Amino acid sequence: MGQVIVVTSGKGGVGKTTTTANLGTALAQLGNKVVLLDADIGLRNLDVVMGLENRIVYDLVDVVEGNARLKQALIKDKRMENLYLLAAAQTREKKDVTPEQMKDLTEQLAREFDFVILDCPAGIEDGFKNAIAGAQKAIIVSNPEVSSVRDADRVIGLWDAQAESKSPAMLIVNRVRPKMVARGDMLEIDDMLEMLAVDLLGIVPEDDHIIVSTNRGEPAVYHKESKAGKAYHNIARRLMGEQVPIMDLNADDGIWAKFKRIVGLSRS
Amino acid sequence: MLDLISRVFGRDNSSADIAKERLRLVLVHDRTNVSPQFLEALKEELIGVISRYMEIEEESMDVTLQTAENQVALVANIPVRRMKRAAVGR
Repeated sequence: MGQVIVVTSGKGGVGKTTTTANLGTALAQLGNKVVLLDADIGLRNLDVVMGLENRIVYDLVDVVEGNARLKQALIKDKRMENLYLLAAAQTREKKDVTPEQMKDLTEQLAREFDFVILDCPAGIEDGFKNAIAGAQKAIIVSNPEVSSVRDADRVIGLWDAQAESKSPAMLIVNRVRPKMVARGDMLEIDDMLEMLAVDLLGIVPEDDHIIVSTNRGEPAVYHKESKAGKAYHNIARRLMGEQVPIMDLNADDGIWAKFKRIVGLSRS
Repeated sequence: MLDLISRVFGRDNSSADIAKERLRLVLVHDRTNVSPQFLEALKEELIGVISRYMEIEEESMDVTLQTAENQVALVANIPVRRMKRAAVGR
C-alpha cells in the first residue's frame, strides 16, 4: 500500500498547490509511482501548475459519481511516465463529495501508487474534511508570518482531533527569505516549530523560479538552478525515508560572498 | 535612522520578535477554543451552582475569557442580589 499524504495549510496562498506539484514531480523523478489529486473542487489549479489543463476529460467528481472509471480519469503527466493527476471538478461544489467517498477513492489509488498526494483547498470546511479523510499523513505548509502560522496551528489541531490515529503532522516552512530572517524581520524557523509543536519536514526559500515555472506549467524541480526546486527534492527524499540534512539557506553563492569568504570577512 | 540605531544597539524590538510575541498570545487564545456555546454552557452551570447559595442577577452576569500579558483568565462578574438564609446560618 502506498502513502496517502494531504498537503494543507488553513490559509490560502501559502503554496499548497506549488508544494503538491513539486513534491509529486520530485517523487516521480526519484522513481516512485505517484498520483496527485486536486481536492479543491470548484477552484481547481493543480492542472495549470502541472501544465496539464488541456488534457482533462474526466475529473474526481465524475469518478465518485460513476460517470467515469478511475483509469479513464487519471491524466498522465507530460514528462514523467510514472506521474498522474486526478483533476478537481470545476463546476461543482465541495459538498458533492463526501469524506467516505474520498476515503474509498484514496484507498483504491494507494493500492496502485507509491504516493497519493492530495492538494487540499484553503479553509477548514467541507473541502478540508474531504481532503484529510483518507490521508494517513499531513504536510502543513506555512509561511513565516503571523496569520499563516496561526491558521497552521488551527489545522494541526483539527488533524490531531481526528478519531482514527494518524501520523503527526509535518511542517514545511515555505517562502523563507534568509536575509530577512538574519536581519530580524522574519520569524525564525525554530520559533515556529516551538510554537506549533510539530516536526519539521523542510524549509523552502522564496524563489523567483517558482513564478516562472508556474507561468510555463512545469514544476521548479525540473530546474537545476532553482533553490526551491532543490529544497523540494530534499523533502521528497525525506518522505521516502532518507535522512537528508536541512538545506543551509544562508550559504550565499554570489561573487561578493565568495570574495568575502576568501578574504576572511565572512563568518562562515 | 532610528531604525538603524535600534538595530545597532541590540534588536529587542525587531519585527520578528514582535511577530513572535503576537503569535504566542494569539495561539494561547485560539487554543482555549472558546465558542459562544462553550461560554453559554459554562454560564448556565455557574448559575445553577451559585443560585444554591445566593440570589444573583442572571441578566447582568458576565463571563468572559481574557488574555492578559501571557496568560488567559476566566473573568466572571456576577452581581449578587441577596444571600440565602441557609448560607448565612452556616
